[in-house]
Amino acid sequence: MLLSPDNLQALWLTIQVAALTTLILLLAGTPLAWWLARSRGWLSRPVGALVALPLVLPPSVLGFYLLVGLGPNGPVGQWMTALGLPTLPFTFAGLVVASVFYSLPFMVQPILNSMQALGKRPTEAAATLRASPLNTFLWVVLPLCRPGLVTGCIMSFAHTVGEFGVVLMVGGNIPGVTRVVSVQIFDHVEALEYADAHRLAAVMLVFAFAILLTLQIYNARQARQLRP
Amino acid sequence: MPALSFYQRALAAPLLAFFTAFLPGPTLAAEAQVAVAANFAEPIKAIAAVLEKTTGHRLKISTGASGAFYTQIRNGAPFDVFLSADTERPEMLEKDGLAQSGTRFTYATGKLVLWSVKAGRIDAQGEVLKNADLGKVAYANPKTAPYGAAAVQVMDKLGLNALLAPKLVQGESIGQTFAFVKTGNADVGFVAMSQVLEGGRLKEGSMWVIPQASYNFIRQDAILLRTGAQNEAAQALLKLLQSPSIKDLIRSYGYDL
Repeated sequence: MLLSPDNLQALWLTIQVAALTTLILLLAGTPLAWWLARSRGWLSRPVGALVALPLVLPPSVLGFYLLVGLGPNGPVGQWMTALGLPTLPFTFAGLVVASVFYSLPFMVQPILNSMQALGKRPTEAAATLRASPLNTFLWVVLPLCRPGLVTGCIMSFAHTVGEFGVVLMVGGNIPGVTRVVSVQIFDHVEALEYADAHRLAAVMLVFAFAILLTLQIYNARQARQLRP
Repeated sequence: MPALSFYQRALAAPLLAFFTAFLPGPTLAAEAQVAVAANFAEPIKAIAAVLEKTTGHRLKISTGASGAFYTQIRNGAPFDVFLSADTERPEMLEKDGLAQSGTRFTYATGKLVLWSVKAGRIDAQGEVLKNADLGKVAYANPKTAPYGAAAVQVMDKLGLNALLAPKLVQGESIGQTFAFVKTGNADVGFVAMSQVLEGGRLKEGSMWVIPQASYNFIRQDAILLRTGAQNEAAQALLKLLQSPSIKDLIRSYGYDL
């Protein structure tokens, strides 16, 4: 086999984290994007800025807050311990929570863009046909926004796979729990295990290229369909 | 000389200060880039202050895992001096021709402790490691951090490998390992004694000083790197590290010498 059992484990773990993160983001990010697209209130501006924060913040900021704030002595951590919940650093759940924050804009932004491009017409037409707001959202808006949803899912998945800084700070490098591919490669390099690092890095490179190529082809096909 | 106007005088002072800041001082002060094993982060700060006060030379300090530094130096990192947490890596750098031969010496022998940020958490015999309610146990990456390798030896010796395996979390350096314990995210952790002592006393929490028979001596070597061969600050630092007063300072952080 090309990859050692350790590397395979890291790869499988990375896929699990990214898949779960993408699923959570799809369920939470779609209504959030819809609200951001429709809201005319002042609150949409600060919420929009909050969603975009991870684009600007260094991962070390998120990692630091997770470690200090969500640890057993941190404000959120104490509150969670009081509720009988486990603290998040060094856990799979912690990794997923961090990734959800970290990849949020990569899900919300493409969906928001496609919702804004939709304009008012389809929803107004649905309303005149006496469709309820929920039915309009489910059966009119979502199908029309499919390109945005697909792009959001691909970008969120890919971005989570590419995460490194946060995991390095709060992961604790536990095999099968928090040792994802990016950290595994870092460890191989630090320990001079270049052969292992090369194999895993090559897998990542091929994966990243394949995913972006898929996205390009998908977008080109969508654009062609829209042309009259 | 014509009298200066108010504005001229007002401008003169900051301008003078600005330009004199770039003039060389009475002694030509040099600057050295030093790669320091994370366990020695605290002492090196104090030593850098002494060096600057006595010679004017300044240090630019980077702290991290010794193994990581070794990799970086082999790949051309511009360090002048390497204070490792072991003897092997400076020796390998000497063999690789990346360090000046004959400049290697032991500047400290480190001690491993089991530490918790909670007072009374750790008993004098380290029995806490066998407790059922023990939370996460932090140690440094044994591949890159000598203190992590020592921690693995201790767990082997105590026969606690299987028991502790599901509780272990790994820091990339002994510095990150310390942070895991300090923030309470890890219940206990194998850290360097120098990280938890101040002026010869435990700063906070509780610790077990692990008997040195249960792990190989952590002899820490310093070496002058090829990049720093002509660097005066680098040479002055290596000389200072061997002076009696600095040796006393190093001992006060819990090292043997």
